Amino acid sequence: MSPTLAAVQLLNGIQLGLILFLIAAGLTLVFGVMDFLNLAHGVQYMIGAYLLATIAAATGSYVVGLLLALPAALLLGLALELLIFRHLYSRSHLDQVLATFGVIIFLSEAVRMIWGVSPISVDIPPALSGAIELFDGLNYPVWRIVIISSGLAVAALLYVVVGHTRLGMLIRAGSTSADMVSALGVNIKLLFRLVFGFGAMLAGFAGAIIAPLLSVEPGMGDNVLILAFVVIVVGGIGSIRGAFIAAILVGIVETLGRSIAVPLLKLMLDPAAASQSGRAVAPMLVYILMAATLAVRPAGLFPVRR
Amino acid sequence: MSLVTEEKAASAASDATLLRRKADVILPILIFGCLLCVPFIARLGSESYVLSLMTRVVILATAAIALDLLIGQAGMISLGHAAYLGIGTYAVGILAAHGITNIAIIVPLALVAGVIFSFATGIIAIRSQGAYFIMITLAFGQMLFFVVTALAQYGGDDGMTLSARSDLFGIEIFKSDRSLYFVAFGFLLAMYLLLRRIVHSHFGRVLAGTRENEVRMQAIGFKPMQYRLCAYVIAGTVTALAGVLLANQANFVSPSTMTWQRSAELMFIVVLGGVGSLHGVILGAAVFLIGEEYLAQWTEHWPIVFGPLLILTVFFARNGLIALFPGSGRRL
Repeated sequence: MSPTLAAVQLLNGIQLGLILFLIAAGLTLVFGVMDFLNLAHGVQYMIGAYLLATIAAATGSYVVGLLLALPAALLLGLALELLIFRHLYSRSHLDQVLATFGVIIFLSEAVRMIWGVSPISVDIPPALSGAIELFDGLNYPVWRIVIISSGLAVAALLYVVVGHTRLGMLIRAGSTSADMVSALGVNIKLLFRLVFGFGAMLAGFAGAIIAPLLSVEPGMGDNVLILAFVVIVVGGIGSIRGAFIAAILVGIVETLGRSIAVPLLKLMLDPAAASQSGRAVAPMLVYILMAATLAVRPAGLFPVRR
Repeated sequence: MSLVTEEKAASAASDATLLRRKADVILPILIFGCLLCVPFIARLGSESYVLSLMTRVVILATAAIALDLLIGQAGMISLGHAAYLGIGTYAVGILAAHGITNIAIIVPLALVAGVIFSFATGIIAIRSQGAYFIMITLAFGQMLFFVVTALAQYGGDDGMTLSARSDLFGIEIFKSDRSLYFVAFGFLLAMYLLLRRIVHSHFGRVLAGTRENEVRMQAIGFKPMQYRLCAYVIAGTVTALAGVLLANQANFVSPSTMTWQRSAELMFIVVLGGVGSLHGVILGAAVFLIGEEYLAQWTEHWPIVFGPLLILTVFFARNGLIALFPGSGRRL
């Protein structure tokens, strides 16, 4: 593989990693703060993409689509919390898994009924389409750069808010001893709801921003959800820093694995066998990464002390 | 307390135990009796349709009681259980693609594959608990799912249709739907008795003790990890064997057998029937699959009804169907 191609794959890996981070951040915050295992988080990513696709098509503007899709995703998250999720906080993880699975089934089918099963495509805003030359001989799509920079911006924002503000302090304190924070006169339920809505909005944002690169279709949330789980397990549940590093790692392994596995195996096997086994091995790589991490650090890379 | 009321209390308590013991014996006999009658009743209606539905019930019930050993007994909530069904179906499919249909070769290979995969993933998964265990088993299940979708020579995404059912050295033991049903029924009965025996054995009690309080079990000299790994391997292997039957029932092998949604469905069957009650779980499998069949006939958009039903079940029917029967207190 040429160095240019390798650099492109690396950038693509980082870009995927940042999308995974946007999803994993909400997932791990909600889990870390409320001990709530939300399988329906991936559906919120899918709905973010659908909302954007619909509004952008209706108004003809991606920006308007994004500006309206974000609050809509927030409202949906809050509505789900109000109707269903708040009754599950005190339940076992088993109950949480099943009830949120029910939410997935319902919302996925609702999406199929409203938008149909065929994929919807979203145009990249004209001003941000095309590619720019990053360095000699390396042209990279502008939209992917937009994704990378907004992912980094959100990461920086979360770092500051969770680590260095009063709100973040309350969130962190609420995750270890909710009763104590509540006794200090803080409305802990409102705080939890805020975290939940924000997490849902981040997942919706990830869906909206990736929509022009993918086709928007039912079930798009499922695979991403599993990868996001891998990310938070590798990073250590509840840790934003862990989620960030693990997301980049998983994104790179996932992307490079698919392009490197076959050529690498060709060095050892004959071409036909190499491409066959390469295709089977490539999707396993992130799970092998997870298994290897857990074998050394059972609570992930950056475990949160409780 | 006077002597009379004490005696009354004692006899009421022994009545309750008696009732529970009766329910623990009579209810399973009733359930298996009904299942045994199915082929004879099926002749009255559209036989092959009823038999194919009920064969699926029996096979998935076997997978679900194996999962209940993990969830109900050991407190290990696995969300990758469908992977083992997939291992069994692909043992049939891959060997069939190479012209091998002899069940005497397929079953040992499925067994070995089940043991290897459950041991390799279990040894990592058992070190974690709670939500970690859920996510790790989910991830390993997905890993296997993606591997089989990449196996282009065995159908890839689309799966493959089997040209013939498995045989035993050329004898077509699965030729009729009825004989397949009876084999699946016999397998469920055998696995039910085996798992019931395990639950009531020394091994089962240690497992339950580990669920209740791992530190205490360690303190009195047990090694909980070994017990948990052992339970994990047993559950996986039993389910892999159920997968062999499932491939024969469907005549079709595809990655859809091992999606994580299927794992969540198996988990729902356990909760619907009653966590910790093996015969309750069999009941859960029957109600789930028959209910799904009815919903699907009623509307093509059945998930729009099924999703909320699932949520309502979790909210309001915490102890499962088994709680409807007198004396069947949940063991948990």
